[in-house]
Amino acid sequence: MPKVTIDGHSIEVPDGTTILEAARKIGGKIVPPAMCYYSTLKTSGGYCRTCIVKVSKGSERDPRPMPKPVASCRTTVMDGMEVENITSPDLMEARAGVVEFLLINHPLDCPICDQAGECHLQDLSYEHGLSKSRYEFERRTFEKIDIGEKIKLHMTRCILCYRCVKVADQLCDGRVHGVINRGDVSEISTYIKNVVDNDFSGNMIDVCPVGALTDRTFRFKSRVWNVNPVDAHRDCKKCAGKVMLWQKGPEVFRVTGRKDTYGEVIDWICNECRFDKKQTSDWVIEGPSNIERTSVISQNHYTLPEPAHKPLLNDVKIVPDHYQIDNKK
Amino acid sequence: MGKKILLKNDHIPGIQSYDVYRQHGGYASVEKALKTMTPEVIVEEVKKSGLRGRGGAGFPTGLKWSFLAKPEGVARYLVCNADESEPGTFKDRYLMERIPHLLIEGMIASSFALGAKTSYIYIRGEYFYVARILEQAIEEAYAKGWLGKNILGSGFDFDLHVHVGAGAYICGEETALLESLEGKRGNPRIKPPFPAIAGLYACPTIVNNVETIAAVVPIINDGGDAYAQIGIGKSTGTKLISASGHINKPGVYEIEMGITVEDFIYSDEYCGGIKGGRKLKAVVAGGSSVPILPAELILKTAAGEPRLMSYESLADGGFATGTMLGSGGFIVMDESTSIVKNLWNFSRFYHHESCGQCSPCREGTGWMEKILHRILEGHGKMSDVDLLWDIQGKIEGKTICPLGDAAAWPVASAIRHFRKEFEDYVQKPSSIKDVKHYYRLHEAGTAS
Amino acid sequence: MSATKEIKFSDESLALAEKLMKRYPEGKHKSAIIPILHIAQAEFDGWLSPQVMNYVASILKIQPIEVYEVASFYSMFNLKPVGKCLIEVCRTSSCWLLGAEDVISHIEKKLNIKVGETTADGMFSLKGVECLGSCGTAPMMQVGADYYENLTLDKVDNLIHRFKSEGKRKSYTDQAESKSV
Repeated sequence: MPKVTIDGHSIEVPDGTTILEAARKIGGKIVPPAMCYYSTLKTSGGYCRTCIVKVSKGSERDPRPMPKPVASCRTTVMDGMEVENITSPDLMEARAGVVEFLLINHPLDCPICDQAGECHLQDLSYEHGLSKSRYEFERRTFEKIDIGEKIKLHMTRCILCYRCVKVADQLCDGRVHGVINRGDVSEISTYIKNVVDNDFSGNMIDVCPVGALTDRTFRFKSRVWNVNPVDAHRDCKKCAGKVMLWQKGPEVFRVTGRKDTYGEVIDWICNECRFDKKQTSDWVIEGPSNIERTSVISQNHYTLPEPAHKPLLNDVKIVPDHYQIDNKK
Repeated sequence: MGKKILLKNDHIPGIQSYDVYRQHGGYASVEKALKTMTPEVIVEEVKKSGLRGRGGAGFPTGLKWSFLAKPEGVARYLVCNADESEPGTFKDRYLMERIPHLLIEGMIASSFALGAKTSYIYIRGEYFYVARILEQAIEEAYAKGWLGKNILGSGFDFDLHVHVGAGAYICGEETALLESLEGKRGNPRIKPPFPAIAGLYACPTIVNNVETIAAVVPIINDGGDAYAQIGIGKSTGTKLISASGHINKPGVYEIEMGITVEDFIYSDEYCGGIKGGRKLKAVVAGGSSVPILPAELILKTAAGEPRLMSYESLADGGFATGTMLGSGGFIVMDESTSIVKNLWNFSRFYHHESCGQCSPCREGTGWMEKILHRILEGHGKMSDVDLLWDIQGKIEGKTICPLGDAAAWPVASAIRHFRKEFEDYVQKPSSIKDVKHYYRLHEAGTAS
Repeated sequence: MSATKEIKFSDESLALAEKLMKRYPEGKHKSAIIPILHIAQAEFDGWLSPQVMNYVASILKIQPIEVYEVASFYSMFNLKPVGKCLIEVCRTSSCWLLGAEDVISHIEKKLNIKVGETTADGMFSLKGVECLGSCGTAPMMQVGADYYENLTLDKVDNLIHRFKSEGKRKSYTDQAESKSV
């Protein structure tokens, strides 16, 4: 089994393992962030470039460093490979650049975005971004559209991770949405007015790292941190029936798939479970969902993680107080 | 006169047609290859020749060929990259239009060497009329038995098809080209795997430029050693240079590598000097992507040596004082040229042509264009020059494919060598006159 | 325009599309999508309506979205109606150095349209395009299959006059009328 060293931590992993997956096995702060990679979606990853790392030694056999940063999600480890992630200031600077690119056309509508609080782009920009934008031009906008009764497509927020397209290709029959146009006017679209209608299409909402695809049955109903997630299950003929119910009192606000540490859905759920089973009586409640202590959703336990690196500029962070208080603990 | 290999019969009337081409020694390399050589021997000859990819990257062709995987029972493909779209480059069009059978001959011999039974020429859609010329030549080649079953009784079966694109610079990148050839959007693939392992339809594939494949013909006819004798150092053979811009004699020239840049620009055999007797200001020597050099650095290296038309000499000094031979798109600018505006023109191009797949290129190319546009409109800030420098650095090397680098290098080099001109634009907006904007702004009704 | 016309290839075009599909290995006929879209654009008034793209999808036996994705990626495919003569002026690099902007503004004035627009009579559309590989014969424009090179404003006037009097639709798939390198 090839042995790889990431930021000084070594691990042996099976052949064909990517640097990112090896890093996830090590865990902790050295895990590169990923906005487009999704371990359960084939051919995902490589697009967003946030998971780039520096390969300072290619392998035992060929120790030359790789000339450019590589996408850790699509680069397999070689025996003896040495990787620098948070230990390389150059790499952190490069990643901050990628984050800035992802943000220049992203609307700053977090206060009215349903994804706020569980948005990967928010986390990413907190950990790696600058506190203010250097982009002074009009941001790109698109019309909001309904792709069916249950899903809202808010393209302006999209970062073109392609995950929803891969869900449609790999979980659903007869894909009707995709990426049209090219360059910075590319968009996720059905092109003509069309409805994404498939038993598993709701998973597109769960895989979306930002608020581009949202659950119309939950829109503007509540901030995610004001509803309590509990694990629940039911006998379902179409899917495993293992979900998270987001409740306030007895009321079920929304149903989503259960997610792992990296925000990836563990079992895909069907649209019936997601959209049609909104009564507590539809479900067997297992107990409170395991939410990262650092998540805003984990009420009353809210602590911010130490940033993976020192902020690059001397700019003041937007939320410095929590950070300092926690550090003092 | 320099030595001509590819264009030696270019002047012969009717060379476009099969009969005339054949009368002048056409298809001899196929006869020689199929009757007297094995595929391995041909690959060796190509290695010996020192031929380097003529599309821009300059990777040794023989070495590339030797990487081709040969699993049992799996088809292999040779795909000719005729998507020529690097601004300043038009040599492949010239070659295909003038001597279409040379490319076909090269495709047959090269496919034999690689064990490809079907090959494709991917030609940019705008060259539709050139595709027709090739189609016609292919028909003639079938009729004369150079294509099809059991060619020359050798047992080698081979089919060749032309495939037209539809307007996308990115399809000149080999994996984007393969995606496009598979009927998809021209999004570059993430490498590895490289095409030599998994290319067209996931089969082992070699992608070579038109000129590279054409050069295989003289290499087989005269031997790799003879080819390696031509040129200078590791820049063996001849190179087609597309010369354009402010010169007296624009056009395609076949040069023996190693002539001086000065000779190329000023002699009557080539560009014939600068138009109207004006002074040379700058040159982009290898297509729009490569670093622009001011007159003094294109004519002489930083060490004061005469700069030569070769891979090594043009690259002498790295990006600090050198550039690249690239695709050989040689764009000459006289003293009247605004470097800032020229850069905006290039940046608009890369913005327009970014496929949009990866974030740094999708977002960064547009950002750079907008800043340059702002400077041109007279609303620039002094900090814009540093901002441009920073953005290009954050694109370069961070993208899936080399389009990111191609968009970054012109910006970096223009600022490196002409910073003062940018600052002048910012400080004295009144000096900017006659700025016309054919700015994209989602041109109504078109997909571009 | 084409609203009432049934979307169906002529026998000749259909035969050509089928021939093109056979150039690719079994099961890989989706490769023919771009060549077939060119045929479709030429046959159905110079642009690809959703109905035309759906028709192409049915020929290739693929989902319509796969056609929309491809058609919208490539700049030669028009997704909205265009004039009979789509004048595409190269605006990059050497063409720019040698007066492409003057050519464009001259045409804009002459036809009283801006880049991206179509004349009221539906005869002309104007588009700025990126390098067409004609840098040595700059400035240039493409109309249908033909490259018109070493342009002068007089030459442009004559061409526009001629196109107008001929009144024919120009397509990339036409036989090129003349060639000059």
